[in-house]
Amino acid sequence: MNNVPDITEPVQKAPSQRPLRRVKPRGLLEKETAKAALKQSFVMLRPDIQWKNPVMFVVEVGAILTLLYIVQAAWGGAASQEPITYFIALDAWLFLTVLFANFATALAEARGRAQADSLRKARHDTPAYRLNAAGAIEEVSSAVLKAGDRVVVQAGQTIPGDGEIIEGIASVDESAITGESAPVIRAAGGDRSGVTGGTVVLSDRIVVLITSGSGDSFLDRMIALVEGAIRQRSPNEIALTLLLSAFTLVFLIVVIPLWPMAWNAEQYMMGYLGIQQPLKSLGTDIPTLIALLVCLIPTTIGALLAAIGIAGMDRALQANIIAKSGKAVELAGDIDVVLLDKTGTITIGNRNATTFLPIGNNLAADVGQLAALASAADETPEGKSIVRLFEKQNQTVTAPQDSKFVPFTAQTRMSGIDFPDGRRIRKGAPDAVIKFVEDNRGSIPADLNSLISSVAAKGATPLVVADGNQIAGLIVLEDILKPHMHERFERLRRMGLRTVMITGDNPLTAAYIARQAGVDDFLAEATPETKLAYIRKEQAGGKLVAMMGDGTNDAPALAQADVALAMNAGTQAAKEAANMVDLDSDPTKLIEVVEIGKQLLITRGSLTTFSIANDVAKYFAIIPALFAGTLPWLGVMDIMHLHSPTSAILSAVIFNALIIPALIPVALKGVKYRPLGADALLRRNLLIWGLGGVILPFIGIKLIDLILVSLHLVN
Amino acid sequence: MFIQTWFLPFLLLATATVIAFPLSRYMAWIMDGKYRPLPVFRWFEEHLDSGPQNWKQYTCSLLIFNTILFIFGFLILALQPWMPLNPDSKTMLAPSTIFNSVVSFMTNTNLQHYAGDQHLTNFSQIFFCIANMFLSAAIGLCALTAIIRAFRSSSTLGNFFVDMWRVLVYMFVPAAFIIGLIFITQGSPMTFQTSHSLSTLEPAAMGTTDTGEAKQQTIVVGPVAALESIKMLGTNGGGFYGMNSAHPFENPTGLSNFFNALSMMLFPFALVLMYGRMLRKFRHSLVIFSVMLVLMTGTIIWAVYFDTLKPNPTLTSHPVAKTYAIASAVAPGGKTVVSTPAVAGLPVDQHLGNLEGKEMRFGVSAGATFAALTTDVTCGAVNAESDSLNPIAALSPMVGMWLNCVFGGKGVGMVNMLLYLIIGIFVAGMMVGRTPEYLGKKIEAREVKLAIIALLVHPFMILMPTGLFAATDWGLKAVSNPGAHGFSQILYQFSSASANNGSAFDGLGVTYGFWNAANPAPEAIAWDIAAGLVMLFSRFLPIIAPIAMAAYLGAKKSSPFGLGTLRDDSVTFGFLLLGTIVIIGALLFLPVAALGPVAEHLGPIPFGG
Repeated sequence: MNNVPDITEPVQKAPSQRPLRRVKPRGLLEKETAKAALKQSFVMLRPDIQWKNPVMFVVEVGAILTLLYIVQAAWGGAASQEPITYFIALDAWLFLTVLFANFATALAEARGRAQADSLRKARHDTPAYRLNAAGAIEEVSSAVLKAGDRVVVQAGQTIPGDGEIIEGIASVDESAITGESAPVIRAAGGDRSGVTGGTVVLSDRIVVLITSGSGDSFLDRMIALVEGAIRQRSPNEIALTLLLSAFTLVFLIVVIPLWPMAWNAEQYMMGYLGIQQPLKSLGTDIPTLIALLVCLIPTTIGALLAAIGIAGMDRALQANIIAKSGKAVELAGDIDVVLLDKTGTITIGNRNATTFLPIGNNLAADVGQLAALASAADETPEGKSIVRLFEKQNQTVTAPQDSKFVPFTAQTRMSGIDFPDGRRIRKGAPDAVIKFVEDNRGSIPADLNSLISSVAAKGATPLVVADGNQIAGLIVLEDILKPHMHERFERLRRMGLRTVMITGDNPLTAAYIARQAGVDDFLAEATPETKLAYIRKEQAGGKLVAMMGDGTNDAPALAQADVALAMNAGTQAAKEAANMVDLDSDPTKLIEVVEIGKQLLITRGSLTTFSIANDVAKYFAIIPALFAGTLPWLGVMDIMHLHSPTSAILSAVIFNALIIPALIPVALKGVKYRPLGADALLRRNLLIWGLGGVILPFIGIKLIDLILVSLHLVN
Repeated sequence: MFIQTWFLPFLLLATATVIAFPLSRYMAWIMDGKYRPLPVFRWFEEHLDSGPQNWKQYTCSLLIFNTILFIFGFLILALQPWMPLNPDSKTMLAPSTIFNSVVSFMTNTNLQHYAGDQHLTNFSQIFFCIANMFLSAAIGLCALTAIIRAFRSSSTLGNFFVDMWRVLVYMFVPAAFIIGLIFITQGSPMTFQTSHSLSTLEPAAMGTTDTGEAKQQTIVVGPVAALESIKMLGTNGGGFYGMNSAHPFENPTGLSNFFNALSMMLFPFALVLMYGRMLRKFRHSLVIFSVMLVLMTGTIIWAVYFDTLKPNPTLTSHPVAKTYAIASAVAPGGKTVVSTPAVAGLPVDQHLGNLEGKEMRFGVSAGATFAALTTDVTCGAVNAESDSLNPIAALSPMVGMWLNCVFGGKGVGMVNMLLYLIIGIFVAGMMVGRTPEYLGKKIEAREVKLAIIALLVHPFMILMPTGLFAATDWGLKAVSNPGAHGFSQILYQFSSASANNGSAFDGLGVTYGFWNAANPAPEAIAWDIAAGLVMLFSRFLPIIAPIAMAAYLGAKKSSPFGLGTLRDDSVTFGFLLLGTIVIIGALLFLPVAALGPVAEHLGPIPFGG
């Protein structure tokens, strides 16, 4: 039963296959990227673009209003006790706040774009031999190919794009796409005429009609998403934008009535002093109130929000994962259940023969020799491993001349050899071989069944070897666990995820391997239907399911899963059904995807908390300053002992602006995720970003105030 | 002194907490309809039940019911002169005051721009005040029940009319009956008579010259005990007398004062636990309860410390004159010097703290304790003059109204807490790396939007009108003090209106009186209308939006609890909630707190110069 091709096993990978490309992590500030971003941050000042970021749009409007105020004051319009330089400095910092925010977004976009560009370049770097109308061949880059072009591909050349063979027949190495190293035959006409870009023609010459032009292939569409050209905001980002807009509105509600309230205080102080001349405090000074508003609204997170989202996609790309949408990356952080293929994920490749178990009077070496002979024609990985094991222990086996090999088939589930003298050796699934022996009127040893069960119970797969009508012994096939998988599953468990192993093995073997590897659950004897049913069952319980797959038969399950990661080496159907593609075809990548998703949300949450917490200190700087001219006793609230009202306000505004570029690295790299469990993680982040966010600005504003004073920039 | 000061608040908090456990079980049992009604009641319930309602039908029923309540109340007050039980021939209130009062009682605010003993007949007291007190209080509880059912993912939110019936018949009426009897034993009047006339030994009213003759005094009586019990139980707070719970008929003894305070805490305390019981998340509700209890303890300690344990600053000596230099465009050198003079203290023994406006029969800390409690649970009854609290102590009742979720009114306080909770979870939930979820349901754009609509109304309705009135004659001519205290009066009035609280800094001229009053307060009409509108918007938007939010959230797929899920029943969660409330509250109201109570506290004595 065990030599049946396991539908859950991924098609084998050619050992020589390399990932299509690998993006090197870049330095945070590459000169070229930074320059482009700098330019873009000015372009983004255009109101119709700035409008997309409501928080920063409010800052821009405030800056423009302040500018108008300065122009009016310069013409002798507005009367204020404060020197005009104060307003100019204020306005400059307001504009800088907007520019810093734009720079953060532009930088993230530029970095994403640069990466996508290099990806596309690698993808298109094949020469194509195009047939022109006259029938002559011209060499062009695959990048310029359009749908409808005809190209000639000869042995050894790479097919330049997705298309259909219209002439000729060829063997094609599709390992770059499917991972299957055995060449396949593709011919014009019929349903085997489709070819994929990036695959290599091994023999003969074909003419291919290109069906999807350059820039329109599956990979290209994903690249476009990465670039942010078709970037869609994820539901969480939309909700957070709403919340930030609400906070902006809240602070408008707080700041607007401050004007009449400050006027009320002015009237009171005029009465207290018994003066008739109008008293003017900063509390009724429009630019100062704008400065207060800008300090209070969540500019820090408002400035970095877009950058965080783009950087999340970017980080996924650096891990060589192409996500079809930001939503998919974000969703990965919510995953409850992970479905992992046993083969290739938990175990290395395929099962290997590890022991020959003799029965009766046979010796282990005899069993080994018989098994090796019977496997000589078995091209399955298991069969090869049997021969390898025997050769390692003894010498090479040679079958007598004129022997007839019986290859393995899914129907017989046996392979073997027929000697010219009529001796027949077979090895294969226990029930098949037992039937073979019984058909030959042989007898079955009494202890065979118990031996078979004991092998299976240890997670190994038993194969039976028969010599004619005699059972000779067993071959033990064992899975080899990948190193460090236990730690990885432990990490997933601490992240709150349940791991489920999918395997075509029988439940006994599956249970053993599941226990060995440390997965939480397993799905044995899996078929495409049982996989789909399992995912649906988990989803009905409200769980989000992630799954990896590579075969066409995985496609329904991939489509059903909430987060589906397809191997780039997998089939086109699997890649279409998935919402992420791993260019490295590394099944353990799912862990990284989950972490990137979580990191994305953590960064958003932490910077929001930080931004709001910052406001406490700003209040203590600005409120006493606003009323220094009317309610001087509120000076007790000035716990930072700032130099003067104007220096207090300038310091708060400068701090508010400078914190944006200071946090750009955090936004782009992300706040580190630690699998501590939700409560510990929350405590940790609340302490760092919440409490830290309350304390840091007190220090920062005081420092800026000291610097301003020491440079004699404020009076 | 320590025990005298802290015994009452401690006893109140402890008793209310202990009672909350069994009472919440009873309330959940009633609201889940697990009881077996008496045959008579069953007939009513079957006829009231108009069938299961979705959230739109439920809120529509709620709004229609309130509209009827509004019309009914308006008619009673407008037709007061022609209604029975009016031996004193009391006439109609000013139309703007009727609007204000009807809105005020319909919204469970009970902000009174009139004095009950002077302006209302017993008929109006019974059919306007008492009726509204039962009905408006039940509305908040119904809304909370609907929200709980929505969170439970039930396809229906129940039936508004049945819920209303359950709250009234099985909770308010029996409780009010018991509490009413206690008040009667303590000496509260309970009669259809309107007044007693008697001769006094001293001149009847303060300020009249003593001619040596006995004066006739009119002592107003009526169904005081009946009104008083539901006034407190329903956290309504609208007094039978203008003096409210400071009046010896409304609150005769120290014992009645204890029951006064306790009965306003009973339902707000219990329904937090009812929330947990009905959702089968009792530990979660215990965390919320603890957060509220911590906040309430904080406001009580603040008020008592700064009022009972600190002297009245206006009577105390301020030996050092202070000078402040302020910028001025016209003064030479650009600076004007403001000086606050040294003040000699008055020869008053102040070891019992600030006694201005206090009723000593209740004990030393009773006034401050009551002021904090009544604003935390949005009751609004007072047993001491809030306006006379020490300036910084008055911050405590204001904070109670600003946060509006320190137990809060019946149902609505808990609903407000849910809004803070949703916002807190949304931000903190991201910090644990998952899409934020409450009760296993994902919080997304729509829920955030509805939560912030509800949350924005309150600061908007306090700060905008306060700003408007602070800079116009509407406010400037109504306040009885200049400067920061006058500002506090305006601020307090709108805070009270928006929190649907109903207490007030008296001294603000808001009373017009009868429509033909000879000397109405000059800006009373503006205040009637503005406060009325504030109460209206601040009542219904924060009820409707959360019901909608709960319905949308409840309809979502619920994801199971896992290791990576934010626990909603842990100490960490409690601190998160507390932090969210304190930070949001501080960011919203720190500027006005600075301009009002803090400026008054720090400023010169006497304020105004």
